[in-house]
Amino acid sequence: MAAFINGIGLISPQKTVETNDFLSEITEYDADFLKCIEPASYKPYIDPIQSRRMSRLIKIGIASAKICLREAECEMPDAIITGTGLGSVEDTERILGSIHLDQPFSNPTPFMQSTYNTISSQIAIQLKCHSYNSTYVHRSFSFESSLQDALLQVAERTAKDILAGGIDEMTNNHLEITRRPGHWKKGKANNLEMLKWDSPGAMAGEGAGYFLLSSERNEKSYACVKDVQTLYKPEGLDEISNRVTRMLSNSGLTLSDIDLVIMGVNGDNRYDHLYHQFAEVLFPSTPLAYYKHLCGEYYTSTGFALWAAANILKRKVFPLILQLNNSHRESIRNILIYNQYQNVNHSLILVTQ
Amino acid sequence: MPRRIFVTGLGIITGIGKNLAETKDSLLNLRTGIGKILYLDTNLRDEIPVSEVKCSLDECFHLADIPVAEGFSRNTLLGIIAAKQAYKDIRLRGFHGQRTGLISSTTVGGMDRCELFYQDFLTNDSKNIYIDSYDCADSTEKIADILGINDYITTISTACSSSANAIQLGARMIRNGDLDIVVAGGTESLTKFHLNGFNALKILDKNLCKPFDEKRNGINLGEGAAYLVLESEESVTKSGRKVICELIGWGNSCEAFHQTASSPDGIGAYLAMKKAIDMSGLDVNDIDYINAHGTGTDNNDISEGRAIEKVFGTKIPPVSSTKPYTGHTTSAAGATEAIISILCLQEQVIWPNMNFSEPMKELNFVPVRELMTGVKVRNVMSNSFGFGGNDTSLIFSEYKP
Repeated sequence: MAAFINGIGLISPQKTVETNDFLSEITEYDADFLKCIEPASYKPYIDPIQSRRMSRLIKIGIASAKICLREAECEMPDAIITGTGLGSVEDTERILGSIHLDQPFSNPTPFMQSTYNTISSQIAIQLKCHSYNSTYVHRSFSFESSLQDALLQVAERTAKDILAGGIDEMTNNHLEITRRPGHWKKGKANNLEMLKWDSPGAMAGEGAGYFLLSSERNEKSYACVKDVQTLYKPEGLDEISNRVTRMLSNSGLTLSDIDLVIMGVNGDNRYDHLYHQFAEVLFPSTPLAYYKHLCGEYYTSTGFALWAAANILKRKVFPLILQLNNSHRESIRNILIYNQYQNVNHSLILVTQ
Repeated sequence: MPRRIFVTGLGIITGIGKNLAETKDSLLNLRTGIGKILYLDTNLRDEIPVSEVKCSLDECFHLADIPVAEGFSRNTLLGIIAAKQAYKDIRLRGFHGQRTGLISSTTVGGMDRCELFYQDFLTNDSKNIYIDSYDCADSTEKIADILGINDYITTISTACSSSANAIQLGARMIRNGDLDIVVAGGTESLTKFHLNGFNALKILDKNLCKPFDEKRNGINLGEGAAYLVLESEESVTKSGRKVICELIGWGNSCEAFHQTASSPDGIGAYLAMKKAIDMSGLDVNDIDYINAHGTGTDNNDISEGRAIEKVFGTKIPPVSSTKPYTGHTTSAAGATEAIISILCLQEQVIWPNMNFSEPMKELNFVPVRELMTGVKVRNVMSNSFGFGGNDTSLIFSEYKP
């Protein structure tokens, strides 16, 4: 069962809010991680009295959800679903920083905001939306699980307009901690040189992407999310390729119908070969794209990829900055997004015109 | 006809028992798991009672039947113990090409180790193995690996309704034909993180909790894990597994009122119950028992009580909160109380709302005071409501072929 993307709100390390630009102006970083370029003010999105107590992630989440709903001209979605791998890291750290002292918390707000469902429920509170509300918190399946739930709602005919998103933040503290097990580059890196890196670890990032998925197409529709598949610890490329073939055939497509593959290449030389093998075996002459040099690696980064795919299909432009090979197609109608996290969580999103 | 959802496995570990038989025994004998803190290392131990699983970390490894190893949180181990119990029969009877999923849930994840080692995380490499076990997905992946499930896995976190939502998603995916068997539930270990958090919100009772009592004074936290095996009718036909009961209705709604308080009129609770009843096709009179969320906070019990009155009018079935037994096991509460409700179907009993003495002024009904035995219980409703107003109701029904 497919759903149409009728609105998007994306806050990312690129200039993607309050602009109509689509990756012609690129922000370069020489940094430890890629940080969101937030709206100049949150006033258009959140009552300032309320926003004063909100942590950064919650503001980013509400703003991107509201941008999405405004674009879709949807006042009241029939479901709100969020994916977040880590929830509010900032609030969690505030608590952890003091917990070893074993003193009572002086302020309950960080605890209230630390629960992972805060973003979905804060969006509901802002909209006074009593509909279905849920939150998925499974690493690099978080955003995909939200999309799958949304597609399931469409199949069940229980909802027409579904707000589904993915959101994660990075902080300096969390970066230093997660550097220890070797997830990230050792020091600063230049995001635009990702393809030249040959070292372990990715460059961390963050972002929030909300999508208004609807059972009905309208004149504003960007694209159609046809299918979303997740694979947990697949046994190898065979299992992934079987899933791709089955997924495409369920939508009446074959490998050659895919005009573009967007992959989660992130410059980590321990895992990037998985993408190259995937492309060589399944899509040897298909145009390929990458995106994590623009937003960094985070659990819900496929939100950025889906935003890119939706814009490519709607605007009929394929920005040079995304291109990973020299293959070319006259027109792009069908896009497959393939992402994997440490060869554990693999996901596939099929997006069509 | 939509696909039927059968329950074919149950696994549970809480402060009142390390398995289903012990749980049933405690329920029948009115034994609470709530008492002085014995295992969590906190200076609130003499001040705040909780319902702990009566096991050290090493004993949890033993019960989980896995070798003691680094990188496992108490949260994960409790989850493994309960999920293995639920899944045991599935394994024994073998598979017939069914697609199997694990949908788990938690709120604090591996925080029980993380809060102990956080200063190490910040300053040295000695506890690196625990860094990736702090999130919510780690327990799910470890459980999936041990059960050998890989067709579909995900993790839900909607605070105290998390595992009810996991059960709901499992049912929806089976009904839609995406999966044949789903292990669904949740796990939560007590932590200083949320004990202190609830304490800062001033909603913890320093004595035994008294849900739906005029003098109720807050929550007793608990810990535990509980999982149900849900299965399609086709899958049960193939495997010949015994059906315990049927899941016939579910509803999810959001209060959209306040991050940690419920609305005075209980709109979210009302809508969740209403949706579940509408889906089940039952008349409100067909519900024989409501296992309430009933936390014992001032706020929840008014809100939920009014919502129950609005749904059921003057014909309110027996209502009780079983949190005076298990404590509030947060993310695990939905699955824990689903199983406790299913035991009512199996045993034809209704559990009492322990510690109740004085009716609430605001409500026209009182909860069940004494254990009811030899009663006809055909359909039970289990309510689970969470922070952020994430409210979910489930309806289980006796199995009719």
